[in-house]
Amino acid sequence: MIRVPKTVVDELIAHARSLAPVESCGYIAGSSTQMTRYIVMTNVDNSPDHFSFDPKEQFQAVKSARSTGETLQVVVHSHPVTPARLSAEDIRLFNDPQMIYLIVSLKDTIPTTNAFRVFKPEPGVVDIQPVVIQVMG
Amino acid sequence: MEITINGDKATVDGVKISVSDLLKARNVDMPDMVSVEVNGTILERSEFDSTQVGDGDEVEFLYFMGGGR
Repeated sequence: MIRVPKTVVDELIAHARSLAPVESCGYIAGSSTQMTRYIVMTNVDNSPDHFSFDPKEQFQAVKSARSTGETLQVVVHSHPVTPARLSAEDIRLFNDPQMIYLIVSLKDTIPTTNAFRVFKPEPGVVDIQPVVIQVMG
Repeated sequence: MEITINGDKATVDGVKISVSDLLKARNVDMPDMVSVEVNGTILERSEFDSTQVGDGDEVEFLYFMGGGR
């Protein structure tokens, strides 16, 4: 389970809406269970079907979080017209076992969010574990 | 030699080590999916074999992040 302030959830939803139909992306920084802030990242693909982080921004985000005693805990991206589930492309590219992957879906009038961990213990094997999001405040 | 890896000091055997070998030593499973920065400069993946790091160098690595609907 991760605890995410409502302000952070509101921010990532607002970010997703502001870019739709293009996919939004970002990080949530915090500690292992308590998230603190949303970091907007550029979707260099600028696409409604795909997102990619800019490695330069990734390194900046890592260092920014480290400077405040935080770590990057969650990778966020939006699915403007599909559900908040991991797509085949997500599973293919989500290779960091330390990260939680949160998807915000704008498919319905009320946005939905789901989070997962993705483990690949050996080639061809994928272990997907849902992560409960507790919205605080 | 002592290298700073992702903000933490780490002792690594030898005088120099290639970025490729360093990633292996750090048990990075998918080095093709990793971005590496050495002393503030982001490397091309084609430079992982040829780039050597040594005492006092600062290395950052993280997984490329992308996905799709």
